[in-house]
Amino acid sequence: MPNLELIREQYNSARALCTKRIVVCAGTGCIANGSLKVFDALKNAVALSGLEITVSLKSDKPEEHKHHDVYMVGSGCQGFCQVGPLVTIEPNGIMYGHVKPEDAEDIVARSVVKDEVIERLLYHNPEDGTPYKGVKEIPFYTKQMRTGLKDCGNVDPLNISEYIAHEGYFAARDAFTKYSPEELCTFYKDSGLRGRGGGGFSTGMKWNFARIEDNPKKYVICNGDEGDPGAFMDRSILEGNPHSVIEGMLIAARAIGADEGYVYMRMEYPLAIQRIRKAIVNAEELGILGDDVFGTGSSFHISVMEGAGAFVCGEETALLASIEGKRGMPNPKPPFPAQKGLFGKPTIINNVETLALVPIVMRQGIEKFRSVGSAKSPGTKTFALTGHVANTGLIEVPFGTTLRKIVFEIGGGVLDKDGKINNDAFKAVQIGGPSGGCLTSEHLDLPIDYDSLGAVGAMVGSGGMVVMNDSTCMVETARYFMGFTQHESCGKCVPCREGTRQMLEMLEDICAGEGTEETLELLQEVGETVKLASLCGLGKTAPNPVLSTLRYFRDEYEAHVKAKYCPTKQCKALTPIYIDPQLCRGCTLCTRVCPVGAISGEVKQTHVIDPMICIKCGACIAACKFKAIS
Amino acid sequence: MEKYVYINDRPVLWEEEINILELARKAHIDIPTFCYHSDLSVYGACRLCMVEVEGRGLVTSCSTQPFEGMRVKTHTEQVLKLRKTIVEMLLANHDQNCPQCSRATDCKLRDISNRLNIGKVRFRQTREFKSVDLGSDCLVRDPNKCVLCGDCVRFCDEIQSIGAIDFAGRGLEVNVASAYGKSLAQVDCVNCGQCAAVCPTGAIVVKSDIPQAWTAIHDPSKTVVAQIAPAVRVALGEMFGLAANDMTTGKMVAAMKIIGFDQVYDTSFAADLTVVEEANEFIARKSKGGKLPIFTSCCPAWVKFAEQSFPSLLDNLSSCRSPQQMFGAIAKERLPKLLKVDKKDLVVVSIMPCTAKKYECKRPEFTREDGIPDVDIALTTQEIGRMIKEAGIDFESVEPESFDLPMGFATGAGVIFGNSGGVSEAVLRYAADKFNIPVPENIVLQEVRGVSGLREATLADGNLKIAVVHGLRNARELCDKIVAGEAEYDIVEVMACPGGCTGGAGQPIVLTHKQRRDRTTTLYHADRTMPMHRAQDNPFIHELYDELLIEPNSHKAHELLHTAYRHRKRIDDDELSISTGDAKDRCQIRVCVGTSCYLRGSQDILAKTLQLVEENAWGNYFDIAATFCSEKCDKGPNVTVGDKVIHRAELAHIKQLITEEAARRVK
Repeated sequence: MPNLELIREQYNSARALCTKRIVVCAGTGCIANGSLKVFDALKNAVALSGLEITVSLKSDKPEEHKHHDVYMVGSGCQGFCQVGPLVTIEPNGIMYGHVKPEDAEDIVARSVVKDEVIERLLYHNPEDGTPYKGVKEIPFYTKQMRTGLKDCGNVDPLNISEYIAHEGYFAARDAFTKYSPEELCTFYKDSGLRGRGGGGFSTGMKWNFARIEDNPKKYVICNGDEGDPGAFMDRSILEGNPHSVIEGMLIAARAIGADEGYVYMRMEYPLAIQRIRKAIVNAEELGILGDDVFGTGSSFHISVMEGAGAFVCGEETALLASIEGKRGMPNPKPPFPAQKGLFGKPTIINNVETLALVPIVMRQGIEKFRSVGSAKSPGTKTFALTGHVANTGLIEVPFGTTLRKIVFEIGGGVLDKDGKINNDAFKAVQIGGPSGGCLTSEHLDLPIDYDSLGAVGAMVGSGGMVVMNDSTCMVETARYFMGFTQHESCGKCVPCREGTRQMLEMLEDICAGEGTEETLELLQEVGETVKLASLCGLGKTAPNPVLSTLRYFRDEYEAHVKAKYCPTKQCKALTPIYIDPQLCRGCTLCTRVCPVGAISGEVKQTHVIDPMICIKCGACIAACKFKAIS
Repeated sequence: MEKYVYINDRPVLWEEEINILELARKAHIDIPTFCYHSDLSVYGACRLCMVEVEGRGLVTSCSTQPFEGMRVKTHTEQVLKLRKTIVEMLLANHDQNCPQCSRATDCKLRDISNRLNIGKVRFRQTREFKSVDLGSDCLVRDPNKCVLCGDCVRFCDEIQSIGAIDFAGRGLEVNVASAYGKSLAQVDCVNCGQCAAVCPTGAIVVKSDIPQAWTAIHDPSKTVVAQIAPAVRVALGEMFGLAANDMTTGKMVAAMKIIGFDQVYDTSFAADLTVVEEANEFIARKSKGGKLPIFTSCCPAWVKFAEQSFPSLLDNLSSCRSPQQMFGAIAKERLPKLLKVDKKDLVVVSIMPCTAKKYECKRPEFTREDGIPDVDIALTTQEIGRMIKEAGIDFESVEPESFDLPMGFATGAGVIFGNSGGVSEAVLRYAADKFNIPVPENIVLQEVRGVSGLREATLADGNLKIAVVHGLRNARELCDKIVAGEAEYDIVEVMACPGGCTGGAGQPIVLTHKQRRDRTTTLYHADRTMPMHRAQDNPFIHELYDELLIEPNSHKAHELLHTAYRHRKRIDDDELSISTGDAKDRCQIRVCVGTSCYLRGSQDILAKTLQLVEENAWGNYFDIAATFCSEKCDKGPNVTVGDKVIHRAELAHIKQLITEEAARRVK
């Protein structure tokens, strides 16, 4: 049986011998921005400066423990991807952003050897230029409540000892040694933990359905098939703290009596796949996973399964079909997976974030966990904040937080069409990815949780949050999301397959100026049909972006079909081309480039465009030397 | 305690029904559906069967189990509106050339859209025209008529265990396709045609040979003779509104004479002949210790299936040709003299309940050296029905006529061939004396009758073990056991279609289970009313042996009535050449990228080999291609370099071979 206390103690004592720790973010975003080169440059700079450096503590070998000036690690995603590559120096907590390899020497000389702060590398408030020293000061972090993500971006994801030193696997050991499966199900039911994957079903209740099934073979599946455009919290957790997911799976396995687990991974996440695989091997080596979990004689094995890139495989019945080697298509429920799941055996499927929270809930206890968030949706939730907002990245806030706080405080405000912070430019937030809906300024003070969002036609979904400013055309936005769901529809059920396609066609018509009022009616009708009649959750939620924009931005749709005008001028076909008489010199160039002869005017006279003939090809705009045409 | 469910506020007794849809049918409410099929798994895709359940809202009635006191509404405003919108959207993308469609009269889409009173389709077509698969001899697939209900896919997989077709693509691109998008003719389709039988529309239909038949009939120089399979007579009437249990033999013969067939014979005659040949083959094997069990070989779908999937059992298959082919061979041998016609001018048309018969008659071994096929045209029950309609014959009122002699005389043994278990029973009747099997007065051997997918009987004091299977999944499971040595039999009868030939895909479209049952009972009834029940009693069979064949399994009999089988690959041997260079006489490198070899690393070998050749600019020495399954899965990865076949290939070894070959060629 692994001695967690000893591992923790050995790690801490080895760690105590290191003076400074440099954390370089090695999440996908920072790696893409060159953080691995920064890591190497820093390592070389430290070595050149004559300091003792290590990148591996070997804490399990006490005889090799010795003093190091610098202990350097690559971490998982720290959330503030926009500012990456991120470098943090501990213990003083200085965080540098946009670090380049050429900064390494400077950082080592001034912030590692000495304790100076290099101001130019700090994050500055985009509004007034105030520099912030680190996560304890940067509003993006201070306004959040990082619980599930707390160790993400802090611990070394490839070092199981470090995870254990952060109290990891103690909860799983308790689950196997102190609690009965029934107690665990009750505990999690009472904690109020709800699935973070979108549906928000009570985790404890779900487990209990599987627990009461009388079957010697059961499965626990971690759903890591994160496919929403713009959502990356699952990836960040799996890259940054894979052991927390394994620990969650262990507790779930104990709760339902499963001996086998799968992590179903999106294949576009190679780094996450690599890290979860390594974490599984390390946990097996310690006897945490395997045939004798924590010396209890229970067995639990985890395999990693890579998906083939279909969005629909995030739907649980489709995911099961995919693991079974079949075409990933949803099946009608009931039977629910908890009764008849993978290979016909009781199976629970939990989302990555849910599983990462599972050990934390046990560590915190019910009371503490419930003290955060709202009554029906306790705890925190991660969101991927993107779009027209000053700070983009991965954030975690308690349920019940308002959009206002997320967008204006954590997000640092709305960016207008010129890229300047201007909160008046706020128009909408698309929440919950392609299955979610659009919220408007009237919802800015709505406390966000599962139920409040459902009531206004949106959903927590996977947690994507796209902020849009007033230059965004909502019809075009709906069309974009429809294009996505249409393309990703598995094609099994008629409403989703045919309905999303017809809706997309109608939206394209509207954007092209060919829509009528009947189009809007039919769009609404088909949207409701798809919502009511589709087979799986993805189909049922696919019309949300359309239905919610129809509800909150009806005037914008009407402008498209009645006045044939796009208020935001995003739909080219609905934006009349106009020659400014003040600027036009009457050079006649535009009449000569116009392929359809829509422009008329005498030399040195103001020219005019006949909108009935104009095909809006834009040739005149490009040709005009006086910028008179727009 | 009786349990009730309330459907539209009226109590309905809930007994064994597994879903609301079945229960509603009992309450005389036909909820529309495309994808619910009681023989197949619940699919829940068409969403037409949605109903409202009190407390639960909208549910699909196919996938929802009733509970006591459940209150169901089957046609609320919401439900009807949803159904209409759904069907309307299907129609928008459906090729609506209904008058030209062979399913015009029994199309479910047409029926449902009519029932739902859909007037105008408010949607536009969003899908592009897809090409029609005309490659198969038996079936035509038209994706432009497909509603993607998946009935064909599930039948092929769940009942037949073949999976020749499946869904491919997503979103707008979803379609039912064969492996690699090939034609049905190039994959492991066994031509059973059950996909066409379950298709609610005309997306998969029987390939029509009607024009060829008319051409032959209208050609004055040709003498056209027909043979009619036993199962046809119990189903043809369905196309003319006659009750399923009406025997239409006489009307059928008369109608065909009116159409212009010169002679109309009975395939049951050839079935009697098959009994004699097959029973003697079996008796010989049993007494001389030959290969047992003997598998029947009348069903061409099963034969192709065995050739693809059970090469090790091919020696167990009876070498007897099917009755259709025995008839053809005898007809082409004897009729020219009897009818005083040149052999080249004799056209044999068979009327079959089966789509695979079209494939069978085109198998090269059934065309003699003179280039003349034994059977020229195989038509299905559906096609002859359509020809009768085309000729304007009032089928119901036609005066019955009898088959022509000599090949129109059959015993009941030949007639029951059309039912699953019939071949076994006919053989047993023949061999009863030899094995001391007591044959009851009514000659019914109840042991092999029934509807279960696998039936077993032990007779003659345990000396004779028989298994009867229908449906190829049942056949596969049984064969797996036999190959594994877990089951032993003397005779195994296999029919690919559920119920045997009466359930063949060439028969009129089946709408109810009762229809199938009626066909079976009527065929057994026909046997009872016939004067003779044992093949050996048929005087015309005796005459045939006396004049031509001498004795069962004679040399002449083997020449005309027996055949041989060969191992067949599941997929036509296409390769994907992926190297560049066009020099002649390049050394061929073939790497199998079938699933098994792929998992064992063939992809890596392929990539590295290609790299090696490219890096050394050996493009003019080597032609590299990926091949589909080489069917040596246990020895993968399988690679061939020139004429060397390498099993369990390793990259280093392959590289070495290539380097050596390159060195030779440089010289």
